[in-house]
Amino acid sequence: MEILVCVRRVPDTSENEIQLNPAGNDIERDDLVYSINEPDNYAVEEALQMVAKAGGTVTVVTVGSDDDDEEVLRREMAMGANHGVLLSDEAFDGSDGKGIAIILKAFVQKGKYDLILTGVQAEDGGAQVGGMLAAMLDYPFASLVNSIVVDGGKLKVSREIEGGNKEMNEIDLPCVLSIQTGINEPRYVGMRGIRQVASVEVPTFGASDLGVDASAVGDAGAKVKRMDYFMPALGKGAEMLQGDRAEVIAKLIELMKAKGGLN
Amino acid sequence: MARIFAYIVHKGGIADDSAAELAAAAKKIDAAASPVAVVTGWGAELDAVCETLRGSYAEVWKIANQALVYPNAELVRKALLNVLPHDGIVLVSHAHFGIDLSPGLAIKMNSAFVSDVLGIEGAEGANLKLVRQEFGGQVSAHVRCDASAGAILNLRPGAFKPQEGAPINGVIVDKSADVGALTAGRRYLETVVAEAGDVDITKHAVLVSVGRGIQEKDNIAIAEELADALCAAVSCSRPVVDAKWLPKSRQVGSSGKTVKPKVYMACGISGSFQHLAGLKGSPFIVAINKNPKAPIFQVADVGIVADILEFLPELTSKIRETKQVSA
Repeated sequence: MEILVCVRRVPDTSENEIQLNPAGNDIERDDLVYSINEPDNYAVEEALQMVAKAGGTVTVVTVGSDDDDEEVLRREMAMGANHGVLLSDEAFDGSDGKGIAIILKAFVQKGKYDLILTGVQAEDGGAQVGGMLAAMLDYPFASLVNSIVVDGGKLKVSREIEGGNKEMNEIDLPCVLSIQTGINEPRYVGMRGIRQVASVEVPTFGASDLGVDASAVGDAGAKVKRMDYFMPALGKGAEMLQGDRAEVIAKLIELMKAKGGLN
Repeated sequence: MARIFAYIVHKGGIADDSAAELAAAAKKIDAAASPVAVVTGWGAELDAVCETLRGSYAEVWKIANQALVYPNAELVRKALLNVLPHDGIVLVSHAHFGIDLSPGLAIKMNSAFVSDVLGIEGAEGANLKLVRQEFGGQVSAHVRCDASAGAILNLRPGAFKPQEGAPINGVIVDKSADVGALTAGRRYLETVVAEAGDVDITKHAVLVSVGRGIQEKDNIAIAEELADALCAAVSCSRPVVDAKWLPKSRQVGSSGKTVKPKVYMACGISGSFQHLAGLKGSPFIVAINKNPKAPIFQVADVGIVADILEFLPELTSKIRETKQVSA
């Protein structure tokens, strides 16, 4: 099975306190810790496990602009992905979800893939590129996928629905699936593994290589644009307990007694 | 202004809570709007939903087709493409069905798409000014959406407050004849109901809930000890289940359990909206997190900035002392 996994590099929310820049038009990016978008990493692991059973290759692709995006591809190649491809062009900057899907579609059509995986959503994104890509290709699509079983020329996939229930579906190949976190346990990638793929060539394709109309993507083609960032209006906000540790604990115990949490 | 449609999800003959939220959101786009409810399905359940909805929508478009008895997003998309005008604004709840349906629908309708919208600040011409959150809710963003060729907006459940109003006497318009042939590359098989776990977190008055901040499986014991001292149960947020540190039955949130404890201790939990959606009945929320910017502090009653791995054991031993004194 030939599997393409679409990945992205994002600021790691669990590692960062996100701050606004003074102009309010972006977040402070200087000191941010970036990593692969977490659901994308699960998608790569799932592809690797499928190929280990059924044979085939795994290609990881990202739409990005610089060396750091290439590093994310190398990280996934260190996990075991066979190929990494960077789609990069100034014309791609400012793309909305549809723009990204147009670029990916052009790349998909240069090759032949049985299965295309994405992460269910990105930190700043909207759980959209996979579903858009599928519609553009006229492939069937399933979102929030938390298990995949190969069944002849089809897949049996389960989707995560409300209350921890699972919706079981049969889906024809080729198809696009958006992968939910928790579907597997992504393997650890050490420095040694990353060094081993450090010199592997990562081909880069731009708009003209892909035959993408520059006016349909990037800022020019975007119907959806971020205007500014702002800090969310606080709800009532928590009463923050201050003081040394012993004081904080004493106050908390009193409050918990009063609220029925400690009898 | 383009017509506004609200796609209504339903189950067992009952419309989803989002039905009233979508109506409220339509009024934020255009105060004079009279949004049309759009419902797909089959048989008596569909009729029951349409009948309910005409109490709150002036117009209900009913799309009956046996193939739509279970809401398969690919089939629903094909039906909507044939029924809806392609320059309309379509509102959908941003839950598992909307995530499945809307991105592809937007491509096929050649409409703009914005997901997980939690605020609408009006329209300027054909441009909608919307509010979204990014980075786990740590920052918000204004987004401009060019709806001149139509737009699909997925709205966050719970973000739009339903408006009170007297019931109206809407009309049901049967659009079933416009649907056309329905086939899909994906077929629904069955729904597998979640397994009951070792501990029923929905029955506990006090929950010690752990998130990513617990850092590793061995540290779950720290939460177990605090729960033991409080006669509470240990629950968790999604990353803890993803890492297989606790079973799915312990997860609080829209894809896990809905709980209604008296006291909820959110330990190392950032507070995503999917997690908070599982908290009902206004519990007293204690948030302990080392990131002072964690969104959980916006909704908690009491907040403590601390590393839970240090804080929880100290709290546990103090509670044990307190109990010994009072015993």
